[in-house]
Amino acid sequence: MDALLLARMQFAANITFHILFPTITIALGWALLFFRLRWLRTRDAAWLTAYRFWTKVFALSFALGVVSGVVMSFQFGTNWPGFMERAGNVAGPLLGYEVLTAFFLEATFLGVMLFGHGRVSERMHLVATFLVALGTTLSAFWILALNSWMQTPAGAEWRGGEFVVTSWFDVVFNPSFPYRLVHMLLASGLTVAFLVAGVSAWQLLRAKANASTPKGLRFGLTLGAVLIPLQILAGDLHGLNTLQHQPAKVAAMEGLWQTQRGVPLLLFAWPDEQARENRFEIAIPKGASLILKHDPDGEIRGLDEFKGSHPPVAPVFWGFRVMVGTGLLMLLVSWAGLWMYRRRGWVAERLPRPLLGVVAGMAFSGWVATVAGWYVTEIGRQPYIVHGLLRTAEVASNVPSSHIALTLALYLTLYLALLVAYVAVIRHLAEKVDKPEPLPEPTLRADAQEVAA
Amino acid sequence: MNWAETLPVIFLALMGLAMLAYVVLDGYDLGVGMLLPRASAQQKDTMIASIGPFWDANETWLVLGVGILLIAFPKAHGMVLTALYLPVALMLVGLVLRGVAFDFRVKARNHWKPAWNFAFFAGSTLAALAQGWMLGRYITGLQDGWTFTLFAAAIALLLPAAYVLLGAGWLILKTEGDLQRQAVRWARTAWPPVVLGMGLVSLATPAVSVTVRDRWFSMPEFIALLPIPLVTLAALVAARAVLNSRLVFDRLAWLPFAATVAVFIFGAVGLAYSLFPYVVMDRLTVWQAASATGSLALIAVGCAFTVPAIVAYTVFSYRVFRGKAKPLAYA
Repeated sequence: MDALLLARMQFAANITFHILFPTITIALGWALLFFRLRWLRTRDAAWLTAYRFWTKVFALSFALGVVSGVVMSFQFGTNWPGFMERAGNVAGPLLGYEVLTAFFLEATFLGVMLFGHGRVSERMHLVATFLVALGTTLSAFWILALNSWMQTPAGAEWRGGEFVVTSWFDVVFNPSFPYRLVHMLLASGLTVAFLVAGVSAWQLLRAKANASTPKGLRFGLTLGAVLIPLQILAGDLHGLNTLQHQPAKVAAMEGLWQTQRGVPLLLFAWPDEQARENRFEIAIPKGASLILKHDPDGEIRGLDEFKGSHPPVAPVFWGFRVMVGTGLLMLLVSWAGLWMYRRRGWVAERLPRPLLGVVAGMAFSGWVATVAGWYVTEIGRQPYIVHGLLRTAEVASNVPSSHIALTLALYLTLYLALLVAYVAVIRHLAEKVDKPEPLPEPTLRADAQEVAA
Repeated sequence: MNWAETLPVIFLALMGLAMLAYVVLDGYDLGVGMLLPRASAQQKDTMIASIGPFWDANETWLVLGVGILLIAFPKAHGMVLTALYLPVALMLVGLVLRGVAFDFRVKARNHWKPAWNFAFFAGSTLAALAQGWMLGRYITGLQDGWTFTLFAAAIALLLPAAYVLLGAGWLILKTEGDLQRQAVRWARTAWPPVVLGMGLVSLATPAVSVTVRDRWFSMPEFIALLPIPLVTLAALVAARAVLNSRLVFDRLAWLPFAATVAVFIFGAVGLAYSLFPYVVMDRLTVWQAASATGSLALIAVGCAFTVPAIVAYTVFSYRVFRGKAKPLAYA
């Protein structure tokens, strides 16, 4: 295999593994702040139990995100040295600001948030929790600014073999950035919604529920039901933005080989890259034109207009369907689940087991949708690393392919093992009868008064 | 001097400081990790509790150091990390194992705990060895040849030994009772290899590098530079002396750690003097390797605000968790 493909596979393996964990921690940080505030406000110990349980999941997820993020900070350079040489003037400050404003903040206050109780006041502890959540979100802001710039470059000129920045505002707030940031933050919220609901449903199914379980289920389903319509709207707007700036990506998403009017919405197809056509199409007539142009006879540019500079079709086409399919399933399950839960007077034990089974089965559905979505946008940018301006092949490293293959195997083995361990540990924690070491009541009361004051 | 000449030097200094902060801060974490198999089950928990609140931020200094290399000196970044591709990968695997073991060892089922303890030890050791090897290759300008390989191998052993001394010093400072007495014994064991190693490296570096030889062994520089090795030696002697004293359990518990930190700082000063103005010895100077002035200026402005804030809340965190390590429990 050639070095470029191996380098791409290695980077893809690492970035895929990495994104799983920030997707959880970005929103879970805010969820923890919510649980903690509920506990202080209501004095209902169930919220404290929820806080403690999800803190464990947060700490574990954060550790996995940090270590895979450290690997990434090296792989930018080892896999794509030419990228930093040519786009370093843009990428450097964005990455730098991520480290300076986000990484240290979240890493330092995580220690206080996790272990600081009894050493700092409840108010300081809340501040620490807030700063950790803020840090994860700031980190998303900077890295998505960079990623969006690679998709829809703006504010920089190609001069003397490298990008030179003309406007930092345009670089950061490039055309696709607002859409991508909102889409990703909502994805994180949905991932956490279904994780919390799913783990709670699992606890109910296995008869391991504690006082916090019904609250977790309600929290997760409500959050999911609120966010998923917003996400569908944000996704639609993001798609229109992509159509405007990266038409080849949309053509691949729709499996559209020729420019035409009244484009059907393909529910299923097998894109054949050699013959440049689809097989086994199942389609809704004029559906794609209606969605993308809000006009059943709207014209959409096909892949024939981008020969030699469009992405491989099948992974983009399939990734898009997996993401949208998962999203629709989320809509169905969260709304149906919430409706039934309400009908049964918010008594979790009275929920039908098949419903709990479906919710538990969707505990990691956010991961599926998020990874599928990132494959659409990242593979959809190929063959470019900076859309339309710089090709991926131009910036690859000259490390021997045997070295890349060896380390790829090493990373893959490690990541698969860690993924299995991660899911197993969450299951173990969920099933463990939680006996939280009770904090001395006077301290807690004093803390609550301090916060209320 | 104008900004185009000054900014790369500022960033070189910042990168050096970030790397030094990493080596000292994560150095004690890695040292504690390497000592882990020598402790009882309960002591293991205390040892990890002593570094638990800090390790994450400590490791972030590495991201900052490599980040500055990537951002400010992209050409050097490509040259260094391409040459060190495999040891970098091994270090990363080590850091991944060590980092996740913190959480997995207390959250997984009990029968997995010994396996995660081993992962903690193995990851720390692998990362330390790989870092030592890379330091050795870097000092000699990434040249190939058996003398350079031998030199890198020697540093690959020296740096972990120094980390162990640092880690033992940290434990003396942060623990009490049996574990503290153990830590004093570990520090005594680690001391001779560190001193021997530093002596050999100090002799070998000028032998393998003409540039280093010319910089150190000419008059009057030699006399001006003499304080660097002398203070280093004094710090090592002070650390060893206090390890024999009763005061190490009490009023001077901070001294072995502080003295070892001083050794690292003076080592870094010596290295900086040997290298400057090269980013990669004899091959790439700081000005040849630097990015555009505008981008550097933007990051410099950011650093001017954020680095003091980072230092401030790092100090805050160390103050929150000052004193002897207590068992870690989630709030």
